[in-house]
Amino acid sequence: MIVADRKPLAEILEMIKEMNKILIIGCKGCVTVCNVGGAKEVGILASTLKIARKKEGRPIEIDERTIERQCDPEYIELVKGDVDKYDGVISMACGVGPQFLSQAYPEQRFFPAVNTTFFGGAVQHGIWEERCAGCGTCVIHYFGGMCPIARCSKSLLNGPCGGSAGGKCEISKDVDCIWDQIVRKKMEQGRLDDLLDVKPAKSWTTARDGGPRKSRREELVQ
Amino acid sequence: MNDLKSGSNLEKVLRAGHFAFTGECGPPKGANLEHLKEKIAPLKGMVDAVNVTDNQTAVVRLSSWAASSIMLQEGVEPNFQMVCRDRNRLAMMSDILGVYAMGIRNMLCLSGDHQRFGNHPEAKNVYDIDSMQLIALAGKMRDEGKFMNDEEIDVPPRLFIGAASNPFAEPHEYRVYRLANKIAAGADFIQTQCIYNMDRFREFMKRVVDMGLHEKCYILAGVTPMKSVGMAKYMAKSVPGMDVPDSLIQRLQGAGKGKVAEEGIKFALEQIQEFREMEGVAGVHLMAIEWEHKVPEIAERAGMLPRPKV
Repeated sequence: MIVADRKPLAEILEMIKEMNKILIIGCKGCVTVCNVGGAKEVGILASTLKIARKKEGRPIEIDERTIERQCDPEYIELVKGDVDKYDGVISMACGVGPQFLSQAYPEQRFFPAVNTTFFGGAVQHGIWEERCAGCGTCVIHYFGGMCPIARCSKSLLNGPCGGSAGGKCEISKDVDCIWDQIVRKKMEQGRLDDLLDVKPAKSWTTARDGGPRKSRREELVQ
Repeated sequence: MNDLKSGSNLEKVLRAGHFAFTGECGPPKGANLEHLKEKIAPLKGMVDAVNVTDNQTAVVRLSSWAASSIMLQEGVEPNFQMVCRDRNRLAMMSDILGVYAMGIRNMLCLSGDHQRFGNHPEAKNVYDIDSMQLIALAGKMRDEGKFMNDEEIDVPPRLFIGAASNPFAEPHEYRVYRLANKIAAGADFIQTQCIYNMDRFREFMKRVVDMGLHEKCYILAGVTPMKSVGMAKYMAKSVPGMDVPDSLIQRLQGAGKGKVAEEGIKFALEQIQEFREMEGVAGVHLMAIEWEHKVPEIAERAGMLPRPKV
């Protein structure tokens, strides 16, 4: 899923400082699963903002909505007629949501309440980790089911570099060296031979480097 | 290894069977040419080639190709370092052509320290290709006369291609295989990370020799003399992939006030003596960090002078 973190309260307060009436729209997709932008978090943000503004002596009126997804025009359509009643609208979806909203309702201003961080999953309750860089050409099967592009700090296809120590990456003791894990898994499986060749340079044409991307499924296009 | 690949002094020294001796010089944090020349001067005639570091520890410095070019003008053969952190493949190929056109004949291919260590941690991290692929690229440009995309090069760059190996990084048992991959990718010579744990290095070299890797590539053992107990402790604790045994720290501590640097040099000299005898080791790479002026003394005391004329 797409993982996100909520922006600091001060940053959100700054976005809406001129406004007296806003709408916060949550999303029931990925951001609900990673506990950052679903109905519950919309409620918490609304209450927090109201308290903060009340303290400042400038109370704010906030309505809440949470829709199925903010990355689909059919759900974006559902807030039609609502969004123009507010001074501004905060989206708690990933970066896709406020963009779809902005495009659908060009008269209104939409503000992101979360920082979209990565494609990943929960490794334990409350902790999410990056797993995929969305490079457009998956190669994890060469590396014991682990992605060095997303998970090695240098995206090495021929690791590990000389900075790997104690299973940790040179950049931080909080970061696992994925190449350490790849090598150890291959050794345990008796498949070290898989790593005894030089992986050629990757084509990044399918990644973001090749320009903004689009998927087109002819059978679905009407 | 019949015809010379690059004709560099380092290549000729190694090919003639001499025990090679290379140095290192970090370009200044600025365009201070005088300072650079002061650092280069003591190296002249003392080593066969000098590594010119490329924004080492991810700190912005005078570019390695420009400093290499200045070094050449000063009469010292550079070993131009290139890291994968800052350049995409276009810039890499362009700089490889550039340094060759400037008369530079050695190149060391490195991943590079992550920018998070450096003075611009906000920088975008490039890593279009990795060090293994950079070795292969420099080799393809030289041996096939082609760019990565297979287009012909009008006058290919003929460089002596080096790579690094860290026998002390983990997983230890894999390090010799990674070295083998670098040689398979096309490395002509290897310079190792600074060696302090001699037991581990002896084991590593034994595996290298057992696999016959020393016959396919020249391996230069990395030596950095310890200047102080603080430096030893810092390297032991804070430099990833560095293995500094407690026994060495204790030895330096035992040297007494004002004598630690001399003890550090003595240890380095003992290492060099052992490397000269060690099967598979073709030379020493002396990284006297911000201690270039000590190189003549170390070279002299190590019996490395005069350097061979080839």
